[in-house]
Amino acid sequence: MINDVTLGYLILLLPLFTFVVNGLFLGHKHHKAAAALAVTCNGLAAASAILLAIHYFCSSFAPQKAILFEYEFIPFVGELVAKIGMLIDPLSVMMLVVVTFISFMVNIYSIGYMREDRSAGRFFSLLSLFSFSMLGLVVATNLFQMFIFWELVGVSSYLLIGFWYHKPSAVSASKQAFILTRFADSFFLLGIVLVSYVVGSFDFSVLNSLGLAGFKYDLINLGICEVKRSTALVIGSVLIFTGGWGKSAMFPMHIWLPNAMEGPTPVSSIIHSATMVVAGVYLVARLFPFFAICENTLTLIMWVGAFTMVFAAVIACTQKDIKRILAYSTLSQLGYMMFALGVCKIGQVVAVTGWTASTFHIFTHAFFKCSLFLIAGSLIHQVHTNDLDAMGGLRKKMPLTYVCALISILAISGIPPFSGFFSKDEIILAAFQGRHYAVFGLALFTSGLTTFYMFRLFFLAFHGEPRHEGVKAGHVHEDFAMTLPIVILAIPALLSGILGKGLFEKFFIPGRLHVPQLMRLAHADWIPLAAVGIAVLALLIAWFLYASPKAKIARALDETNRSGLYKVVYHKFYFDEMYYTVVRQFIFGGVARVSRAFNDIVIEGLLAFCIWFIHKLGNLVRTAQAGYLPFYLGTLIIGVLIWRFFGQLPL
Amino acid sequence: METILFNLIWVIPLLTVLVCAPISASHEKVLKALHATSATFVLFVVCVLTYRVYALSGTPTDEAAAPFLLRFFTDIPWLSAFNAHYIVGADGLNMLLLALTAFIVWAGVLVSWNIKGNQKVFFALIQLLATSVYGVYMSFDLVLFFVFYEMEALCMYLMIACYGSGRRDYGGKKLTLTLAFGSSMILATLFGLYFEGGVHSWSIMELSKVTLPMDFQMWAFPLMFMGFAVSSSLFPFHFWSPDGHSAAPTAVSMLAAGVMMKMGAYGCLRVAMFLMPEAAKIWLPYVVALLIFNVVLGPFIAIRHKDLKYITAYSSISHLGLIFLGLAALTPVGLRGASLQMISHGFLTGLFFATIGMIYERTHTRDITEMGGIMRKMPFLGVGFVLAGFAGLGLPGFSGFIAESTIFIGAFQQDSTLTRVVTILAILSITTTAVYILQTANRMLHGNMPAKYEALTDGCLREKLVIVVLVACLLFIGICPGWISEILDQSIAPIFAKISAAAVPAVGG
Repeated sequence: MINDVTLGYLILLLPLFTFVVNGLFLGHKHHKAAAALAVTCNGLAAASAILLAIHYFCSSFAPQKAILFEYEFIPFVGELVAKIGMLIDPLSVMMLVVVTFISFMVNIYSIGYMREDRSAGRFFSLLSLFSFSMLGLVVATNLFQMFIFWELVGVSSYLLIGFWYHKPSAVSASKQAFILTRFADSFFLLGIVLVSYVVGSFDFSVLNSLGLAGFKYDLINLGICEVKRSTALVIGSVLIFTGGWGKSAMFPMHIWLPNAMEGPTPVSSIIHSATMVVAGVYLVARLFPFFAICENTLTLIMWVGAFTMVFAAVIACTQKDIKRILAYSTLSQLGYMMFALGVCKIGQVVAVTGWTASTFHIFTHAFFKCSLFLIAGSLIHQVHTNDLDAMGGLRKKMPLTYVCALISILAISGIPPFSGFFSKDEIILAAFQGRHYAVFGLALFTSGLTTFYMFRLFFLAFHGEPRHEGVKAGHVHEDFAMTLPIVILAIPALLSGILGKGLFEKFFIPGRLHVPQLMRLAHADWIPLAAVGIAVLALLIAWFLYASPKAKIARALDETNRSGLYKVVYHKFYFDEMYYTVVRQFIFGGVARVSRAFNDIVIEGLLAFCIWFIHKLGNLVRTAQAGYLPFYLGTLIIGVLIWRFFGQLPL
Repeated sequence: METILFNLIWVIPLLTVLVCAPISASHEKVLKALHATSATFVLFVVCVLTYRVYALSGTPTDEAAAPFLLRFFTDIPWLSAFNAHYIVGADGLNMLLLALTAFIVWAGVLVSWNIKGNQKVFFALIQLLATSVYGVYMSFDLVLFFVFYEMEALCMYLMIACYGSGRRDYGGKKLTLTLAFGSSMILATLFGLYFEGGVHSWSIMELSKVTLPMDFQMWAFPLMFMGFAVSSSLFPFHFWSPDGHSAAPTAVSMLAAGVMMKMGAYGCLRVAMFLMPEAAKIWLPYVVALLIFNVVLGPFIAIRHKDLKYITAYSSISHLGLIFLGLAALTPVGLRGASLQMISHGFLTGLFFATIGMIYERTHTRDITEMGGIMRKMPFLGVGFVLAGFAGLGLPGFSGFIAESTIFIGAFQQDSTLTRVVTILAILSITTTAVYILQTANRMLHGNMPAKYEALTDGCLREKLVIVVLVACLLFIGICPGWISEILDQSIAPIFAKISAAAVPAVGG
């Protein structure tokens, strides 16, 4: 019997091995071997993760935190030591399964998707690096390790989004994604430095068992102002959250995520479902007791999440690019997960419903979102464009894809008994229990919007008459390697809700909270009914607008003859343009330009002045030594006269 | 035996020059083979000795070298007229810097294989430069130290003025005169140390046993610190480096940015801060203010530049600023971070300039706006450049991240308002660094390729070897930083002990 530690090593090292071997040896020429290795290793990693999970949840002792292994990485001062280890608790085990499974599916899919690409070997190598980084992040035992893998996730996403580096749009999207998340990460790093200074440790176990009472009220100098030690801790928690804010692409740092659609579709799929964007939510979930010491931090998390949820859903209703619709839907779903973590605190009491719901939603969302992206990739592969304009009528040509798409869309819409219903219902319930009625209302409204835009996509892509010449002519088929993972993913998209509910309610509580009593709250029965009612209503509206015999498809797809408000939404509230202006005018044209001017004019000017001065001085002395006798004589006479009248030289 | 080997480190390059002297300049291949062999041999010796220093750590060291924990200690009277000795020895700090130098010299010899002009003289100058840098890091006698320190600037001038590109005369003069200006400041304080110290010795160990008079320290420390800081391009003395680097041939840029610029920071730590700790405690918190330019504005200036070497020069300016942030923190972690950054940045900038040189050899331009898409034609060099970029922006896995995070954590321990502010700004500047690095890589390597680059070829085996070795060094330090931190900590301990023992008088000045 393989023990847990071996499994842990296997899960982490198999993707790393794939990355190294494919990157160094197989990537250039042997594309098939690279693909085979990637699929095998990621498959084995997924199998190990599932085995570990079974062993972990079914073992006789109650699941608890365990550190499988830990190495000292760099010692700093005293107790402050950066370590690399593997933490096992329900949350990380769940994430291990999700990441390895999704990565396995995406690798299989990529065999089909990248079949004709010349750089497929590099692709498989980077994909494994991506899942390795995410796995390392998930099992982190401390903030420092989390930051290490956090950055690796960032860089592998940069390499993958810009995979087609001959495409200028892909290159700029990858740069934008990296720099924007890096901007957030700089605050994360600052938070780590501050918190580690105040607390003296990076370990999650220490940070999660802090109480503000334990901090003496001495002052800490933050440069700009002096603050109490406890306040410094709260500032640190907000800074750390900022890292997650950027990585999870919450408003207003959301713009990189839809633009990241420039990458190959399998990459979008893995970024949106299991890696990268979930990292922000995972960070908050992992450090939840730490964030929960301050109510204001949680309130911030809640509003950031809730606003992004509505904002992204509204934009998604107008988009025509199939991948962008899905991207905005991811933003919206991440908003759900984020705010669910923020609603946990009720007065002085921390309720676990939100935390459980949020982690549950990470789980279910991963499957249906991955599936949706893979489906989108299949469609794009057939019609060679992302635009809904060119789709339509694909139902009969791609029956399996059609059925799986329906399952995943019902799941994301929260229709029972599909998986999304269970997790989303819990989130909405948590908002209600937390007495955050405004957020509760927004969540219900957004669940309607979600159903609407997802079915809009569904009807426009699969129903109606074909609008693409290739589809009309029948040049459409389902690729086996690409359809297989879609079909496999439809199973958890359907069942993970029902099967997971019990597991999550039993095991998923956010660690050791400093609040001793966890409130048990009554379940309001009318909430799921209301949520489903709204979803069904939205479905009917979408059907009426886009699929009923009376629907005017051409009118629906036309974005030019629209009201001003529609155009503002269609242009994503002009956020891309705002960013562009700020970066161009303020950073490049402002700060950078002034810095360079300061250097080139002031510093070089002073230098030029010094050089000029020395030249002049040299010239002055030189002319005095020119061998012109009257000058020597004159100087001599003046000197003697001065000496005669003043008795000494006037020095 | 090991002591002899250690002393050979600076002798071998000199011997190589002598051996090559009678060979006619037309036998280029023989000459290059000799130089490459000698550089490889020194590299091997240095690696073995570095390993020995690591393996021996914890065992007692030479008593005569106290308070430093020196291995391979040699002390021979040299110029008896003014009591100068030949004192060399190695602790973790200078041994690692010697290893860095050996790697960069080795890489520098390999990348200059096809240099235009008189190759015999060029390679002889590289070896002389290597001798001087080895000498600076090895010596513990201030006269010896200063002799080697001066030698380096002169070699640099000849190499830039004779083998450089662009405004090579201007760049070479600017570099050498500025460095000479710094040296003059150092020389003045060295005499002060000799006479004011009361022991009439040039030995760093001897001088460290006395407490220098406070009024002397108060003017001598800033003078000496700034004198050294000139070669590490601390604001406002950074102006020589962009022009100097851009004019210099590849190997000289690598050596200048990779090892020579560390000599200043090393001198600040080993001589200025160690011998005058009281004044250091008073002055360093103010020095931090200068770093706002280096660390915060440096990357912004790099954003506005289009010449690859200017970009890298400003990137070096910002990275070297971090060394001073670590030094000014005056905490053990900060000092270790500064030393780590010296080593890490040496490899990183060596790789940067090496790949830039290789790309320039092919494209004959360093203007990134004229390039594009060359990743398709030279994937190996492109990947080398991108990896250097990743190391430069502090990506975990590479040494830069280890050094930077150590500096940040170390600097934050220092409870002074100015240091905190600068540390916070420095942490936030990692975004700006990412901006110029990605912008450069994207413009140069990605996107559309101009038709004129169709015929470009990827790196040859020799070039690939250089890239692979330098990347391996960066990764090695980045992935297993434990051992290097350990030996650095041991060698920093005596320096920190002296600094922390220093009592700052209430009425300092």
